Amino acid sequence: MTEGMLREPYATLHQQHQAARLGMHLFLASEVMLFGGLFAVVMVMRILHPHEVVAASERLHMWLGAANTAILLTSSLLVAIAVEVARETRRRATYRYLAGAALLGLLFLALKAFEYGSEYEEGILPGGSAAALSNPVQHQFMNVYLVATGLHAVHVTIGVLLLAGLAGGLAAASLTLPKRIPLVENLGLYWHLVDVIWIFLYPTLYLAR
Amino acid sequence: MTHAPAHPIAPNPRNLDDRGLSETPAQHASYLRDGYTLRSWLLTTDHKRVALLYLASVTMFFFVGGAAAALMRFDLLTPEADLLTNEGYNRAFTLHGVIMVWFFLIPSIPNTFGNFLLPLMIGARDLAFPRLNLLSWYVYMLGGLFTLFVLVAGGVDTGWTFYTPLSSMFAHGHVILAATAVFVVGFSSIMTGLNFIVTVHKLRCPGMTWGRLPLFVWSMYATSLILVLATPVLSVALALIAAERLFGLGIFDPALGGDPLLYQHLFWFYSHPAVYIMVLPALGVVSELVAAAARKPVFGYRFVAGSSLAIAAVGFLVWGHHMFVAGQSMYASAVFSFLSLVVAVPSGIKVYNWTATLYKGDISLDPPFLFAMCFICLFVLGGLTGLVLAMLAIDVHVHDTYFVVAHFHYIMVGGTVAAYFGALHYWWPKIVGRMYSLAWGRVGALLIFFGFNLTFFPQFILGYLGMRRRIHVYAPDFQVLNVLSSAGSSILAAAYLLPLLYLFWSLRRGAPAPPNPWGATGLEWTVPSPPPKHNFEVPPVVTRGAYDYGSRHEGRS
Repeated sequence: MTEGMLREPYATLHQQHQAARLGMHLFLASEVMLFGGLFAVVMVMRILHPHEVVAASERLHMWLGAANTAILLTSSLLVAIAVEVARETRRRATYRYLAGAALLGLLFLALKAFEYGSEYEEGILPGGSAAALSNPVQHQFMNVYLVATGLHAVHVTIGVLLLAGLAGGLAAASLTLPKRIPLVENLGLYWHLVDVIWIFLYPTLYLAR
Repeated sequence: MTHAPAHPIAPNPRNLDDRGLSETPAQHASYLRDGYTLRSWLLTTDHKRVALLYLASVTMFFFVGGAAAALMRFDLLTPEADLLTNEGYNRAFTLHGVIMVWFFLIPSIPNTFGNFLLPLMIGARDLAFPRLNLLSWYVYMLGGLFTLFVLVAGGVDTGWTFYTPLSSMFAHGHVILAATAVFVVGFSSIMTGLNFIVTVHKLRCPGMTWGRLPLFVWSMYATSLILVLATPVLSVALALIAAERLFGLGIFDPALGGDPLLYQHLFWFYSHPAVYIMVLPALGVVSELVAAAARKPVFGYRFVAGSSLAIAAVGFLVWGHHMFVAGQSMYASAVFSFLSLVVAVPSGIKVYNWTATLYKGDISLDPPFLFAMCFICLFVLGGLTGLVLAMLAIDVHVHDTYFVVAHFHYIMVGGTVAAYFGALHYWWPKIVGRMYSLAWGRVGALLIFFGFNLTFFPQFILGYLGMRRRIHVYAPDFQVLNVLSSAGSSILAAAYLLPLLYLFWSLRRGAPAPPNPWGATGLEWTVPSPPPKHNFEVPPVVTRGAYDYGSRHEGRS
């Protein structure tokens, strides 16, 4: 069965596994550079307008962000455990942990949506009247906030779909385990990166007061 | 663990009936015979076929971008605006830039010759992710369709740089569509770069150590690093423009305290390394051509390989030299100026080492060698004028003039396109299995060299005398030089069309190519021309360096 997994250019499964992991690492490096551009924008804004940025940052719901950080970290923990149990080829445990991580990801998105909603009602989110902001720089900060957290939320959504798909496949046994260990590992790597990006976004946007 | 065979099906080279890795006689004969249907091409995962898909599409965009340039050169024949309107001229040079940079120069050598040669050169059966490779072509074509749609719908007038606030607030053209095209094609770049890096790391055949990699592979590796790490920054910059223009989420908008310079920083953080995406593959090609022409080991292999990585690394730190007059801090400018001069060191190492390789070589004046010489000459001219531009004081004088235009065309068109044609003439027998007319090849190389210099050398003088770029109404004093330039461009256009004729002719009438027509070293020359589907019927084992030509030809007096 493992023979059947060996694909075209590779000589051994080990080589193929290593290539897949290196490919994932490179993809994540490009993701870091993608968000790096946004972090650069926030940093420049803060250097140019320190007071206005702090004033706008104080309008954000710090505790909602903190709760989301905890949720995302926990889901990352579940994924890390899922990778470990997958290596022990415990299929049932693997899909349960993956499903748990996907649910927490969903919870993160729900909380984020609630947060956007309340910010919209308070008039600080762009798109509405955004009347509660006293200074143009605060508008700019909220624009960057929306773009950065929105782009992150897109990544979370993709991650949740992939986690749920993988968990479902394992549960239905259409995906089997020693064969799909690389897939679990690579998806785990992606989910950890989504988590790490949030760990940097949260202090940059919410705690920089 | 005992020594297991490298492949599950170990072919027996002594048994003539054993076709090795090929499953059918057609695959054994050549990758070109493995299916003739459109489907066999459009759904192929063979790196050699994907390379040909890219070759066809990149060539198509080259001529579309060239047509825009032809319009501009016609318009510039006279000092008045007679052919194009102001708006039309802006749209012509923008499309020329966008198409040539993202749809020709960046994918040109990596996605055609890199795709075709990288697995062959390192003794692999394919790239690490063959399906991703095919996907990258589809993504490229999707971006290309967006661009062609922009072209048909009336164009975009911001220049290829999409500077804000012009692009985000004032431009009337299809900025979003054009930015989407570039955004989409960026993912194709990232996929290709990722694929190449993993391939070089994981799929080298036994004995192919890092120190034995052909220099073309080293340069593709350096290029791929830039593709993976710089392209996402452009993606995010373009996404921010789209957010500002589509949804009013001002980020670079000065009215909101935004900084238009910030956009320029983000843009050039990608777009200066992108220059090295364009020229590093060309440097790799020329290393191969020079070694093959001189029939000698490349002088200072380690330095030539290392200089590719050095150019890639330092290339990330020089973007600010595009902004010397844009209002960036004087101290930043001084640092960027110094670092820009530093790039000349690894570039110089390459040129000196090529020259040393040729010294006392057994040189044949075949077309690939002539293209390599064309490259070296134009690259030196373009590089030296680059040093002039990196000087803070001189840059203030010639910034945004035709001097800059001439400089980067010497590097990108003179350099990269010459290397592209050099690669085409060098590896064409390997790719299609036919020889072309060497005499016509020599004529093509000389015509390109002559036409190019006549087109762009006058622009150095024009720029130094003060003619601004991106205008089409100019002082009558400049007309003579502009006419010279336009005349040169007509020769250049003919010279670029000429290889199309004799290379197509060779497809039907050319003599069958032997496996190694140039007597070169390298694994790609050990397999038949064209190669079988799986490249190597027996997994190769490398025991020598990349340019082990022996001492037979050295030291002749």
